[in-house]
Amino acid sequence: MIARRSQKIVFSLAVLYLLMLVAAAIAAPLLSPYSPSEQYLDRRFHAPSLDNLLGTDNLGRDILTRLLYGARSALIVGLVAVSIAFSLGGLVGLLAGMGPKHIDSVLMLLMDSLLSFPTILLAITVVSFMGYGLVQVMVALGVISSPVFARLVRAETLSVKTEGYVEAARALGTPPAKIVVKHIIPNIMGKVIVQCSLTFAQAVVIESSLSYLGVGTQPPAASWGLMLKDARNYLAQAPWMAMYPGLCLALTVLAFNIIGDSLSERFNPRLG
Amino acid sequence: MDESAPLLKIENLNVRFSHRGKSVHALRGIDISFYKDEIHGLVGESGSGKTVTATSIMGLLPRPSAEIISGSVFYKGKNLLLMPEDELRTYRGRAISMVFQEPAKYLNPAFKIGGQIEEMVMLHMGLSKVAAKARARELLKLVGLGRDGRVLDAYPHELSSGMKQRAMIAIAISCNPDFLIADEPTTALDVTLQKQILKLIRTLKNIENMGVLFISHDLGVIREIADRISVIYAGKIVESAGKESLFNKPMHPYTRLLMLSIPDARHRGRKLATIPGQVLDATSTPEGCLFAPRCPLAEQRCFSLTPELVEHEKGHLAACHFAGKSWNL
Repeated sequence: MIARRSQKIVFSLAVLYLLMLVAAAIAAPLLSPYSPSEQYLDRRFHAPSLDNLLGTDNLGRDILTRLLYGARSALIVGLVAVSIAFSLGGLVGLLAGMGPKHIDSVLMLLMDSLLSFPTILLAITVVSFMGYGLVQVMVALGVISSPVFARLVRAETLSVKTEGYVEAARALGTPPAKIVVKHIIPNIMGKVIVQCSLTFAQAVVIESSLSYLGVGTQPPAASWGLMLKDARNYLAQAPWMAMYPGLCLALTVLAFNIIGDSLSERFNPRLG
Repeated sequence: MDESAPLLKIENLNVRFSHRGKSVHALRGIDISFYKDEIHGLVGESGSGKTVTATSIMGLLPRPSAEIISGSVFYKGKNLLLMPEDELRTYRGRAISMVFQEPAKYLNPAFKIGGQIEEMVMLHMGLSKVAAKARARELLKLVGLGRDGRVLDAYPHELSSGMKQRAMIAIAISCNPDFLIADEPTTALDVTLQKQILKLIRTLKNIENMGVLFISHDLGVIREIADRISVIYAGKIVESAGKESLFNKPMHPYTRLLMLSIPDARHRGRKLATIPGQVLDATSTPEGCLFAPRCPLAEQRCFSLTPELVEHEKGHLAACHFAGKSWNL
């Protein structure tokens, strides 16, 4: 009982945090008097103060401002990557699950080979072919994350396909396309939504990693990974430079994972 | 159409299932006719081919594992087995409909009951959303769920299992089918609910003038609801007759044994009969009568000569060398 309640509180906190993050990212220009990229060389390495609430970095830029704009790239990358992975992987999974056996084999072989590469490595490869930048990162992440969705949707489709209500729908003359839309998709959405949440978290981490490695968001644009990269050389001198972007990244990933887990339990009460 | 012609007729239906080189002869030449405004009970043990018969009619045999070796299913003179899938789909749910064994599994958990009925009538009858809603309300009233509008907006998990089965029946009859297949619709329900559902099916049959195929392993249930009864054994009809005729004078020893195995209040204290052995292994195809190995009457010729399903009295068919003669178990 107590566990249930505390779980609910944690879930609410995670949702609240993400809502605030989204609101802050959207309202960034209103919230901050500074520009995220303009350099104030007279104000380098200022510790947190009333002027710069979270301090300034090695080029005098306001950390808080850059965090807010960094949230924008993190969230947009997550959103677009998840959308691409969801549609591409979902489509492939449905085709594999509903289609004839040879289509299933070919599609899954393709997805499995994509899945066999380490994610970051594959992301760097894709980005280096398409050129550096935020758009490339989003597309690369979307494509790379799609096999997870394809596998999930296929497995769920295969299992839902044998359910009585699908058999009943066939027995009552429902055409195949309608069976997919009305009976299969609504009954697999739960698990897919959970996966969206987890993939979102993963996308945020990878975007930061790629930016940290220099192939993602390009300076002077703001990204948490880029901020960490800048901070690396001044850890002793200005620890706040690394601390806040790191904290934001950790909290965001944590929030998405908590939401994913809670939803997963809600959709599958037997696990709880 | 001629009133005395069967609504649906199965002729010499042979179905085989194959999986990884093993093959199972599920139906070995089924002959059976269904008439309008009649409840035809099909009774048999597990694995005797009751459900395969139903799925064959619907054209829903699992492919590619199931194979129809021979036979035809005529509905109003048209052979359903030769019909292309697209055309068959217009019959399913509309002309021929089906109620399943476990209502909990056969209702889509993601949609409200009302929505599931509306979908059917919009699909098959081309009703508008508003008309479909009215039809759904009317149907729920018909199956006894209309007392309040609650069921219309309820999800399947909010209903009891009896209510679910009623809702399933409402969906099945939503497009005024000519023929309804009920595959063990009461097996998952307790006895009181069973009675109610049987009564409901009978009432609906009278209102809609449907032909009904009622499948059960329970001769007691069949006795309560059916007008005509066919007994299936190892993928073959062994006896088929009107209810009175069948119970008064069973012609096949298997039918007789089945009757002795149902409890009867009039014969309290009587020991219930059991039929020794088990249903024939469907992988084998022996010579002669399929029931012979378990039959107390079996003699030499039963193991070599296959008895045909023959009419021994008017409307009373049996496939046994002893049919029409007098015998006792």
